[in-house]
Amino acid sequence: MLRVKVDRERCQGHARCHAIAPELFALDALGNAQEIGDGSVPAGLEDKAWLAKANCPELAIEVTEGEVR
Amino acid sequence: MSQRPPVTDWATDFDHLDPRWVEDPYPIWDELRATCPIAHTERYKGVYFPTRYEDVRAVAYDTEHFSSRRIIVRENQPPRIPAPPITSDPPGHRSDKNLLLPAFTPDAIKRHEPRARAICADLIERFADKSGCDAAVDYAQEIPVRLIAHMLGLPEEEGDRFRKWIHELLVAGITEPAVMMRAIEETSAYFAAEIEKRKTAPGDDLISYLAAARIDGQPLAAEHILGSLRLVLVAGIDTTWSAIGSCIWHLARHPEDRRRLVAEPELIPTAVEEFLRAYAPVTMAREVVKETTINGCPFKHKHMVLLSFPAANRDPAMFPDADRVIIDRTENRHAAFGLGIHRCIGSNLARMEITVALQEWLKRIPEFRLAPDAEVTWSEGTVRGPRKLPLVFG
Repeated sequence: MLRVKVDRERCQGHARCHAIAPELFALDALGNAQEIGDGSVPAGLEDKAWLAKANCPELAIEVTEGEVR
Repeated sequence: MSQRPPVTDWATDFDHLDPRWVEDPYPIWDELRATCPIAHTERYKGVYFPTRYEDVRAVAYDTEHFSSRRIIVRENQPPRIPAPPITSDPPGHRSDKNLLLPAFTPDAIKRHEPRARAICADLIERFADKSGCDAAVDYAQEIPVRLIAHMLGLPEEEGDRFRKWIHELLVAGITEPAVMMRAIEETSAYFAAEIEKRKTAPGDDLISYLAAARIDGQPLAAEHILGSLRLVLVAGIDTTWSAIGSCIWHLARHPEDRRRLVAEPELIPTAVEEFLRAYAPVTMAREVVKETTINGCPFKHKHMVLLSFPAANRDPAMFPDADRVIIDRTENRHAAFGLGIHRCIGSNLARMEITVALQEWLKRIPEFRLAPDAEVTWSEGTVRGPRKLPLVFG
């Protein structure tokens, strides 16, 4: 299973990840992003996870292959 | 405007107010990127011009050597007038910015979408039955000025006055410091009166919000509030107006893209990102406050840097087919709203306005093109977009 993670130090609140994959990324009160829950990417949302990473201008998103449960 | 000698060599003597640069800068930037990726000019007391994405990013991220205390390249250096947070450097920058951010999150901006849609629809009604219009004058320039007025709690009819100030601050003020200082005084007096009104009758608007705001429990200095309000006014209007104008200019000249967006309106947000990449309106500036080197190029103390996000967005090392507008480009790390800590606070607002402006326009006017013999003119200075854009419909 894929996992997404937002580097909160790098994130500047462009909010592209939230626009592309609101199922995976939430915004805080200042508009900065964080992954929802533990960042696990439900089946079917893998493309959105990669797309969010590919559209982050600050290179703040990491997508990793997690453990298969 | 003072007379400047014509540019003989873009790499060592560029001038961003040269008519050729104003008319069509992209070939100039492409050539510089290939031959001299960090150009320099002795004009304006010394300015660097990086054209590669990588170098623009490096400057934007390096707040130690590159200060935001001056963000416009001018012929003379007038006294610094803070407009927090855009003119703030670390460590004060974060609190200045965090103060404004909650008012500009996507959710906060969504509240203003119905008003934006109504403004666009009303404007279109004025010319939709005619044979054409000037899309820059009759449409693009009117949208953000009205929405910003709405958000500030000011009359939406004040557009002419706001646009005059913006022109004086951003364009005329590049070469005429007295004009800029007068605009600073006029905007300060105008906003001070509006703040005063809200002390007794606060409203649900940005002026009331800033007037009541605290940083570390302390109310803001009057200069801080006035500076931030001036920033919202200046940064929120001709930028988005330029972006909307450039989108319509592109669609007027590319019927295949226009028809596709009419047929597939769900593609509009993706297309907007591509228009923002290809026609990014805003070039910022930095002041070199400590000598340093970027990609082998020394940056001398006290010189300025034109931080061209539009040039970065055309770098083929970052964007395949960088010179082509591909409205369904899905990987798009463009820098139209800046990179690093100074990411444009209004990016969510601008995206909403541009998207709504195109949706409403294409719904009502799906077929249009440049008027025959149309003379399209472009703004000069910090913000690039069409200022005259005559179209015919049908």
